[in-house]
Amino acid sequence: MSEATQMAEEKSSTESISSSKIVTLRIAKFNPENDDVQKFVDFKVPYERWTTVLDAILDIKKHLDHSVAVRYSCRQASCGSCGMKINGRPRLACFTKISELNSDVVTVEPMNNFPIVRDLVVNFERLFANHKKMQPFVIREDTEVGWTTKEFLQTPEEHEEYIQFANCIKCGLCNSACPTMATDSSFLGPQALAQAYRYVADNRDKGKDKRLKIIDESHGIWRCHFAGSCSQVCPKGVDPAMGIQLLRGYLLGFRK
Amino acid sequence: MRESIIMKVHYGTALGAVVLVAVHVLFRITMMPYADSLAYENVISNYKFIPYAIMLELILVLLSVHGFNGLRVILIELKQGKSYERAVTCGCIAAMAILIAYGSRTILMASMGMT
Repeated sequence: MSEATQMAEEKSSTESISSSKIVTLRIAKFNPENDDVQKFVDFKVPYERWTTVLDAILDIKKHLDHSVAVRYSCRQASCGSCGMKINGRPRLACFTKISELNSDVVTVEPMNNFPIVRDLVVNFERLFANHKKMQPFVIREDTEVGWTTKEFLQTPEEHEEYIQFANCIKCGLCNSACPTMATDSSFLGPQALAQAYRYVADNRDKGKDKRLKIIDESHGIWRCHFAGSCSQVCPKGVDPAMGIQLLRGYLLGFRK
Repeated sequence: MRESIIMKVHYGTALGAVVLVAVHVLFRITMMPYADSLAYENVISNYKFIPYAIMLELILVLLSVHGFNGLRVILIELKQGKSYERAVTCGCIAAMAILIAYGSRTILMASMGMT
């Protein structure tokens, strides 16, 4: 990739905005419809202690190059739209402060293991398809609230079993960091498997056998190498690697 | 066959092989000096001792099953595709069967004194 990388012209917005510090943002530019190779364009942007990478990218879009493609929405690590590789590590751009990176150059690239739509935007089709495959809803025959029934109550311990996995925002950082996904294009991925565990571990759910059957295939749960990088990059503190191991416990008969 | 059954066999054969290879190594280093254990007559006498020959056969089967399933897993992780994966599975099963057959023939011939 280094050979293919081309340095484009450097631009600066320092004249218009005053700031105590300047950072060089190297943004990967690639349009699969027109380009053969990805190139990097450098921009010098001012930043404050609280400036996030997304803020800097939007500043570039506003003042320097409006053609930079980036997907974002909530700006508060809730929607999972702005996942990208920042200095080589998958992160949420809205959740990463430039000042915390301790680097004069911040390289921003699209996430690995996803097809690139343009620049920093990747295609989430497979992520959502695999997520959907896990049947991410409580399966049971009876209804929760009726004339004679109330909500299905859970003890704090029962709630604790799955609650961290319910925090997943489908940002795709775990799939981007997964080494198996890099070679196995059919692998379900840590996001989908963690969601399978979220519902299997929920005592209100009755679809355990169905989900275990879905993940028990040649490109399913057994292809995880337990590298643990999915858990390291999750911005919401979800531990997909642990969820996958716990799911294996069900399949191996250690857990009921 | 479900992948969980295959992986149970994979883990089981690994555990079994570790135990039996440990027994085999312990036999080699406790019964006589290690260098002598590799002498032709001693090796042949091992094969002629039927329980030991059965253990060697078991090691052969366990390692072959474990090794070729491991190879299958590596290959299907490297490349995907229905026909490719079927070819990998069939190829690994065939290679495993050939290795076990050839190894068993060697064990059988040695234990029957056909050397």
